[in-house]
Amino acid sequence: MKNNEISTLNAAPTVRQEPLEQQYIDLYKEQRESIKKHSSAVMNTSRDESFARFEALGFPTSALENYKYTDLRETLSVDYGLNINRISVPINPYEVFKCDVPGIHSYLYFVVNDAFYPVNDPVHNKLPEGVIIGSVKDLAASHPELLRDYFGKLSTAKNDGLVAFNGAFAQDGFFMYVPKNVVMDRPVQLVNIMRSDVDTMANSHNLIIIEEGSKAQLLVCDHTVDEVRFLSNRVTEVFVGENATYEHYKLENVHTKTTNLSTLLIDQRKSSNVLANVITLHNGITRNTIEIDLDGEGCDTLLCGMVIADKKQEVDNFTSIIHNKPNCNSRELFKYVLDDMSKGGFTGKLLVAKDAQKTAAFQTNRNILLSKTAKMRTKPQLEIWADDVKCSHGATIGSLDESAKFYMQSRGISEKEARLLLMFAFTNDVIENIRIPALQDRMKLLVEKRLRGELSKCEGCVICQ
Amino acid sequence: MLEIKNLHANINGKEILKGLDLVVRPGEIHAIMGPNGAGKSTLASVLTGNQAFEVTHGDITFYGKNLLELSPEDRSREGIFLSFQYPVEIPGVSMVNFLRAALNEHRKYKNLEPLSATDFLRVMREKKALVEMDNKLANRAVNEGFSGGEKKRNEIFQMAMLEPRLAILDETDSGLDIDALRIVANGVNKLKSPDNASIVITHYQRLLDYIIPDFVHVLYDGRIVKSGGKELALELEERGYDWIKKEVEETV
Ligand SMILES: Nc1ncnc2c1ncn2[C@@H]1O[C@H](COP(=O)(O)OP(=O)(O)O)[C@@H](O)[C@H]1O
Ligand SMILES: [Mg+2]
Repeated sequence: MKNNEISTLNAAPTVRQEPLEQQYIDLYKEQRESIKKHSSAVMNTSRDESFARFEALGFPTSALENYKYTDLRETLSVDYGLNINRISVPINPYEVFKCDVPGIHSYLYFVVNDAFYPVNDPVHNKLPEGVIIGSVKDLAASHPELLRDYFGKLSTAKNDGLVAFNGAFAQDGFFMYVPKNVVMDRPVQLVNIMRSDVDTMANSHNLIIIEEGSKAQLLVCDHTVDEVRFLSNRVTEVFVGENATYEHYKLENVHTKTTNLSTLLIDQRKSSNVLANVITLHNGITRNTIEIDLDGEGCDTLLCGMVIADKKQEVDNFTSIIHNKPNCNSRELFKYVLDDMSKGGFTGKLLVAKDAQKTAAFQTNRNILLSKTAKMRTKPQLEIWADDVKCSHGATIGSLDESAKFYMQSRGISEKEARLLLMFAFTNDVIENIRIPALQDRMKLLVEKRLRGELSKCEGCVICQ
Repeated sequence: MLEIKNLHANINGKEILKGLDLVVRPGEIHAIMGPNGAGKSTLASVLTGNQAFEVTHGDITFYGKNLLELSPEDRSREGIFLSFQYPVEIPGVSMVNFLRAALNEHRKYKNLEPLSATDFLRVMREKKALVEMDNKLANRAVNEGFSGGEKKRNEIFQMAMLEPRLAILDETDSGLDIDALRIVANGVNKLKSPDNASIVITHYQRLLDYIIPDFVHVLYDGRIVKSGGKELALELEERGYDWIKKEVEETV
């Protein structure tokens, strides 16, 4: 393992005797100083502590309650390379990436594998005054006072092997700071691009701070470029201040050899408003952990998601909404359309603390299985300690409504088209919960294409064609 | 146009239609009456190709084509339309998308170009007026949250949009007040032409005051046991079905 090479861990993917974790533990011990040197002090503060936690926890297995529906054994046994020494990746995303959402007019940023790509877009200069967007690593060095109080505050409290692993190995990520009372005039778009000639793992840690009274929208897109195996393990911490509004859209459209592990941790303060909408259009193995803590009164939260999967694709969405304070509303809506041998998992954890009176919390998970071999597992997990609350949950697993299909056919609509209309209708309410009109229009089109089987990867984006 | 010969059909292994014969020619209106459970809706389902019903014997031809070999969608494109006794709600599918898909599939079948958005909306406006359908219904999801009467009116609206050669109205009159009944009947009468025909399934004579049938048939226990002119409907209204049942039993 040379210093200026992408570190490949094993020569050949032979049957391994030692635990999957061991090679990473060895790597960390060996490369600890390099890892730190190519990151920044703020990010390094909790690095050893995270590593110790990973050593203790290991990678999560499906034996754990929170990972029941995620099976990472096969994908973790792949021999991925890590770019600890920050060798630059030969790609210019500004040249090759053409956004497939026409008319979105976003502030556009890239993370290539695990590194924030230097900003090279004149639109960036139009950011509202005081707004800072860039590399976590660089900004942690130049603005330590800004990041110190936030970085790792949510993630280091998690007893989760993947988050701990990220804490040990992530060296960079995306940073966004929106100061008090600033309304962002356009959405911000972050594109995670995986580009490599060898099987590659990327750990990145994003930090987003939306101060009191501000408004921001972030669209995160995942894309893969090469036909090698990728594993990404990304952690995003979001702090939403009092009366602030934050919208987080995640659109996953990657090839089947990709494993996307993503943890989104959101902390909401008094009277803040959050919408998170997580859409998986095409993937390999996906695990989304989304945890939203309501830490002030009068918060409003809408958490949505949609999955369209076929072949052997797997998607597990683990969600947790914790009502710590009174008078908050949360709504959760997840929909899955599963075909072939695909597997879906959904966990809807809802905790209402003793003090969180007048909580209103509603959770819905609806699933359609298009084949006998597709599998869906769903689990509401409600823990309610307050007595004056309105909570409900519902989960259904079914197939397409035959009588509706026949009704459409009896009007001359082909069976194929009727199925499509029904599936499209089924997913429509998740798409309706996209508050960026250009993105909503585009999603309608992409979902339709996906349901027609015409979309195998990122539509309209040059690098993927 | 339609010829049904010795039709037998099962559902879940139980025989419902037991040798039914019927001939319908262009321009004719046939009323089919009969007690509950006689098999009237089953006949409508078999004609439209509902897979839940299995045809065990008999033939159906429509303009010389073997209807039983056609998919439900092709039967519709050939010009068969059923106004459902129980129209289906389809949440999330808008009336506009639903009808545009249907109309354009019909046009494609006839090798016509799809209608432009403006032409489609114009046709929709005209037909809505014909059945005095509320604008706000046409902007909603198919039948979702419609009242019973609104659903029936929506069936006739769809019929007006698709201009079938053979319309089958399955108890379109039930659940309608007199006003709605008149509007529905008006819609049907306005669509009537020498080239198309209707089968009106009902067990009240009421609708037949508005839609005057050329033939009235009594369907009982899976067969047409009696046919006559429009006066047969009046007789059934007065005397009920018991005398028919008796007649059938005597001949057996
Ligand atoms: N889905 C079904 N499964 C089992 N039996 C059915 C089903 N639909 C109808 N039937 C039976 O078929 C018979 C005829 O029903 P139907 O055609 O609806 O009668 P009608 O329309 O004349 O009142 C009835 O005995 C009814 O119970
Ligand atoms: Mg009936």
